[in-house]
Amino acid sequence: MNLLIKNGRLIDPRNGIDAMLDVYVQNGCIAAIGDAPDGFVAVRVIDAAGLIVAPGLIELAARLREPGFEYMATLESEMYAAVAGGITSLACPPDTDPPLDEPGLVEMLKHRARNLHQARLYPVAALTTGLRGTELTEMAELVEAGCVAFSQADAPLTDTRVLYRAMQYAATFGFSVWLRPQDSFLAKDGVAHDGEVATRSGLPAIPVCAETIALSTMLSLARETGAKLHICRISSAAGVELVRQAKQQGLYVTCDVSINHVHLSEMDIGYFDTNCRLNPPLRSLRDRAALRAGLLDGTIDAICTNHAPVDEDAKQLPFAEAESGATGVELMLPLMLKWARQEKIALPDALGRVTVHPARVLGIDAGHLGVGSAADICIFDADACWRVEPSALQSQGKNTPFIGQEVQGRVRYTLIDGQVVYQNQEP
Amino acid sequence: MNNPQLNRHGELQHLLTTEGLPVRIMLDILDRASSFLDAAGRETRKVPLLHGKSVFNIFFENSTRTRTTFEIAAKRLSADVVNLNIGSSSTSKGETMLDTVDNLCAMHADMFVVRHSESGAAHLIARHVAPEIHVINAGDGRHAHPTQALLDMFTIRHYKKEFHNLRVAIVGDVLHSRVARSQIHALTTLGVPEIRVIAPKTLLPAAVENLGVQVYHDMAHGLKDVDVVLMLRLQNERMQGALLPSGQEYFKNYGLTEEKLGFAKSDAIVMHPGPMNRGIEIDSRVADGSQSVILSQVTFGIAVRMAVMSVLAGNNK
Repeated sequence: MNLLIKNGRLIDPRNGIDAMLDVYVQNGCIAAIGDAPDGFVAVRVIDAAGLIVAPGLIELAARLREPGFEYMATLESEMYAAVAGGITSLACPPDTDPPLDEPGLVEMLKHRARNLHQARLYPVAALTTGLRGTELTEMAELVEAGCVAFSQADAPLTDTRVLYRAMQYAATFGFSVWLRPQDSFLAKDGVAHDGEVATRSGLPAIPVCAETIALSTMLSLARETGAKLHICRISSAAGVELVRQAKQQGLYVTCDVSINHVHLSEMDIGYFDTNCRLNPPLRSLRDRAALRAGLLDGTIDAICTNHAPVDEDAKQLPFAEAESGATGVELMLPLMLKWARQEKIALPDALGRVTVHPARVLGIDAGHLGVGSAADICIFDADACWRVEPSALQSQGKNTPFIGQEVQGRVRYTLIDGQVVYQNQEP
Repeated sequence: MNNPQLNRHGELQHLLTTEGLPVRIMLDILDRASSFLDAAGRETRKVPLLHGKSVFNIFFENSTRTRTTFEIAAKRLSADVVNLNIGSSSTSKGETMLDTVDNLCAMHADMFVVRHSESGAAHLIARHVAPEIHVINAGDGRHAHPTQALLDMFTIRHYKKEFHNLRVAIVGDVLHSRVARSQIHALTTLGVPEIRVIAPKTLLPAAVENLGVQVYHDMAHGLKDVDVVLMLRLQNERMQGALLPSGQEYFKNYGLTEEKLGFAKSDAIVMHPGPMNRGIEIDSRVADGSQSVILSQVTFGIAVRMAVMSVLAGNNK
């Protein structure tokens, strides 16, 4: 079907485009930008006047809760929530039940996701069997089944020799290893940053050195093994500095931060708000400032939402007993825009952190609108305001620290392979 | 953020923490507690202030002593008292804490006295219940134990008369102590100019000085010229987890002996929230000595808890 997106402001960070240009879609691909290809007759026209036409967003960490945690959310609900958030490609971490540690599971998940005709799913497989941190998974087989990287998600890997060998083995085949830096001994039982709020509230704390010690180990092993390392959910100023130094020394390492940590700090826990029970914990205002600086100077490559829908009961508990995580895919765009406005970052630059940069981390050809590429497009109104309310969210998880807040930026259309998979005309 | 323990008239709706508790309310509670005691300060009399009201003691963490003092206090106010020791068993049966609370609300509770092993549990319940129900935090995790702190303030005022000229030292496991946190907030609110904490670094939380205290790691300096010594209980499990090497070494450095008490002012009083570990944090000669006011604390505790309940019951708007 031939589709014309006209009158919109086209922003394509990778190709350096920010102009009023029409987009011509043919056979699910971008056929032309600006001028119509010869003989192009549009079957459908989307009038994007007043809207921004951008590459579909790319999410590096969306828990879809299947298999195993269907009471929290389902593949259907979360895949739909993702396109409602303008996301057209997403990576899902392996912390399902059972974990994504064998090719059959991955194939099944990919197959079911494909049948939903929503966002493209890129499973991240378990680095060790059962995420137990002792034996390696069949990495080559898992990649053949469609995995893009290997991770422990939030599960501990205490045996450094296993980590060393896992990275050596991954490096043999050029596979990426995604790790969240947290020393499990130092983080044991902890639920909040080791700072003023944990001290006042009497919450078991996780010191910053839990992140820096694990991070130092990971960076050393990456140097030693040559493995492609991606650091997930960095949370502290000291952690950002370690990544910055490693990059300056020429180490190939990438890094992401969750959008929650870009906006929030330990102070937001307030009177034990379990929506702020997150992994890693929200840290101090100084740490938040360093995370933002790291995003600005490119130390941190990408923003993700660390999407983790949780059922309401699991949040209606004392803070430490509550399930960690926040729903996020539908908030990626408005919260990214909020950050860009606060930091006075040009929109193309800001959009890059949720499109082309995460695409590079994933190693996929996506996150841009080059002619000939798949027409994965997010069309949004950067100014429209809406209130984050349970009824406004498609995700089965209604748990977010931003609940009740007014945000700016609303997805109007999400296209995958040139097909409109989501549209929203509400004010 | 609204203060979750005050109603829209600025009156006490729940007692959850001493942090942010207005000084006028604190003094009202202390004054009212005085009125429940006889002239000698030994006996509380029975009054009908809570006649026809139901007080539910719900203890998700066991504590005979605190529960008993709340029970006595409620009975002296003529309330009907129901005790529930829920422990951790009910959650393992699948009922959540808020399910339990809902069930008790359906039994027409007027007031909940809650103890729980997790910080924030009382706040969660207070947010959940209907506006006519009052919640008293009888200890949540490491966070707060406001009635203990208020009875400590009552005891200090009883013996020292004023707060503005005092030097107070809190000794022991501040990291895990809800009592210490509540004492610190109460002392700062009441205008105590110098509050010290004395402990090894493993038993102090991060940035504790931001609470308005001075940090000491040895008793000789920390106790020098203080008026009040607040001892904290040391749980036996602290020897595991590499926080301390042994009870003996702790006693040697931080146990309150007559010799160490000698650093304090000669008329300093010694307090302890109980139950005491004699020979670990406090020597028997000090615990039973002339400067100890530990048993007064227990008596005053009943009057203070009566005062808290009667203040709450009077704020039904």
